[in-house]
Amino acid sequence: MDFRFTDEQTMTAEAVRALLADRCQPQDLRRLMQAGESRDDSRWAAIVEMGLLGALAPESVGGLGLSEPDFVQIAEACGYAALPEPLVEAAGVATPLLASLAERPEAAALLEKVLAGEAVVVAAHPINPVIADADLAAGVLSARGGELHLFTAESLSFVRQPSVDPFRRLFTMEETTGESVKLAEGAVAARALLDALDRGALFAAAQLLGVAQRAVAMAADYARERKQFGKPIGSYQAIKHLLAAAQVKIEFTRPVVYAAAAECANGDAFSRARISHAKLAAADAADAACRAAVQAHGAMGYSWEVDVHLFLKRALALSGWWGDAAFHRARAATRVFGRPLGPETTFAADAKNG
Amino acid sequence: MDLRYSPEEKSFRAEARAWMEANVPRDPLPSFDASREGFEAHRAWERTLNEGRWGMVTWPERYGGRGLDLIRWLIFEEEYWRAGAPLRVNQNGVFLFGPTLMEYGSDEQKARFLPRMAAGDDIWAQAWSEPQAGSDLAAVRATARRDGDGYILSGHKIWSSRAVFADWAFGLFRTDPASERHKGLSLIVFPLDAPGVRVQAIPQIDGETGFAEIFLDGVRVPADLRIGGEGDGWSICMATAGFERGLMLRSPARFQMAAKRLVELFRAHEASCPPETKAAVLQAVMDTDAYALSIYWTASRMRAGGGIGAEASVNKIFWSEMDIALHRAALSILGARAELLREAPAAGDVGRWLDGYFFSLAGPIYAGSNEIQKNIIAERMLGLPRG
Repeated sequence: MDFRFTDEQTMTAEAVRALLADRCQPQDLRRLMQAGESRDDSRWAAIVEMGLLGALAPESVGGLGLSEPDFVQIAEACGYAALPEPLVEAAGVATPLLASLAERPEAAALLEKVLAGEAVVVAAHPINPVIADADLAAGVLSARGGELHLFTAESLSFVRQPSVDPFRRLFTMEETTGESVKLAEGAVAARALLDALDRGALFAAAQLLGVAQRAVAMAADYARERKQFGKPIGSYQAIKHLLAAAQVKIEFTRPVVYAAAAECANGDAFSRARISHAKLAAADAADAACRAAVQAHGAMGYSWEVDVHLFLKRALALSGWWGDAAFHRARAATRVFGRPLGPETTFAADAKNG
Repeated sequence: MDLRYSPEEKSFRAEARAWMEANVPRDPLPSFDASREGFEAHRAWERTLNEGRWGMVTWPERYGGRGLDLIRWLIFEEEYWRAGAPLRVNQNGVFLFGPTLMEYGSDEQKARFLPRMAAGDDIWAQAWSEPQAGSDLAAVRATARRDGDGYILSGHKIWSSRAVFADWAFGLFRTDPASERHKGLSLIVFPLDAPGVRVQAIPQIDGETGFAEIFLDGVRVPADLRIGGEGDGWSICMATAGFERGLMLRSPARFQMAAKRLVELFRAHEASCPPETKAAVLQAVMDTDAYALSIYWTASRMRAGGGIGAEASVNKIFWSEMDIALHRAALSILGARAELLREAPAAGDVGRWLDGYFFSLAGPIYAGSNEIQKNIIAERMLGLPRG
């Protein structure tokens, strides 16, 4: 039992954090908005250059062969920066899904391009009503009936579905040619979709954790500077307690998200319930943190000028992404009301996982 | 990151489980706060624990422990609570003063007090708060006046849990009469039966006498009962408070057992419960798991040489609020029967939920009120200015 990240895991995340601190600050987001853009191509190129798109793809197919605990802090960093580009969705969800089906030559060919940084694949999962970043994709993985298909971008037409979050590019799709490649069916397809959902929810939770921490950090920065009644408002207990309460939620989300990452590969009722718990806790923490940040900023918090709303909107978007609260409560409930409880079951797994 | 127990950790769990199954009293002991008889029954249990070398598994062997790491301590606690073992009457000793002594005491003091603490021979109470020094602990007025090779203790301590029947207390005293606030304070221990000590029980919200006030009137103690340097009392006590709030005061297993019982209660009444009750039960169980994960996270880091800082305050807020929510969920399941005492003929399965609920209301107050903990979080974690 050792519930700590390795130095290597922390260093990898630190490299991403440094890149984002350098290239994805609120003023960078503002510049995009002013230009009517929702993605920065040069930043995305720099991210792709880091070679992380194949992070979770096995080494046997040319990926880095990393696992969820290696990526969870990266997803958290993307949340902290409110990164517009789809590193988390592509590297965390769609690419490993494609890699798990790479026995099919069409999948293998696309995967090769993805791992070379020449293409992006996105997942159109039934849990989500829309597809993110489809306009960037060379291929779309989509469920059709009980099957999992790979569509080329040319065989689809997309309708943009504007989001409250100016940096989320969402679409619905229609088949134009009816051409697609069936990659899996039956139990294999179902399992692949379930695993994708787990990773999607896990990394959405990690991003929400990052969003929450950023919101508290912004509010604390403001509360140190803003003066009323002759003193910084952060010296008043009303503000201190508001932000401290949000920080408590964050601190008790963090280990749940990290444990969910560590157990994700188990793919059993316990690990899925943990992921759902992580998603619920992270959405709750992000909600509390962002609303506290709006409140601490006073009327400025309700203005377009202050950056808080960017994080509030990301929190709102990710809260329902990869399963809303009702979905994840139901999954968490299957463990709570259907499996043994008690102090010796904190790290329980179904028997096959020992 | 490896969230599986090693073979050694598993066999340690098996050993603890077997011992608990063989030794935990079949029937609950009478409350240690209601009578001397209950207190002594719990002292006897402490002795039994110590004979099995389970008194404090993290302590070095020479002081009665097993020299084990914090992960093993968590495993021990899980088995302890799983077995329904009695509450630790010496909690203030083994979880609070013991770690302090280990860190700041002299070798002579450790050898003198720790084995007797582990054995239940000395049961300890805390004597920090005063009528005018609660959340503002630095306002302590009780004095320890130097007198040759000793001190003369005078003052009025209050809210001392277990002090009615306990043997010793560890207290915060002003050794420098000219000092103010955090300076000039020292940590001094004293026997509760020393001449000049008078202990007055204070009935609690539940009618039991769990805490007391201590009147000290010219109590003479030798200087070797001072722990750490003269004037170092404040920093030592704050370190103690870190242990208390952060890690050892409320082990996760306690709440996970309560959550397990809550789910059993819910199952028995599911048909009459609205959906929001089920949601509250689910949240309570998830919160107890989150607390356990957080403590494993902290324990893993501390085992690798890390310390515990302001996150101790975060923990204290979380578990105290969680405990209240958990008990409120239980009371909502019981509905209109929740007000019935266990002895009421119509009580049915009301059990101890009402007692637990009242006790949970103390959680946000003791070991430093949650309002003070939020100030600590805001100032030390978030960098907000002091008021």
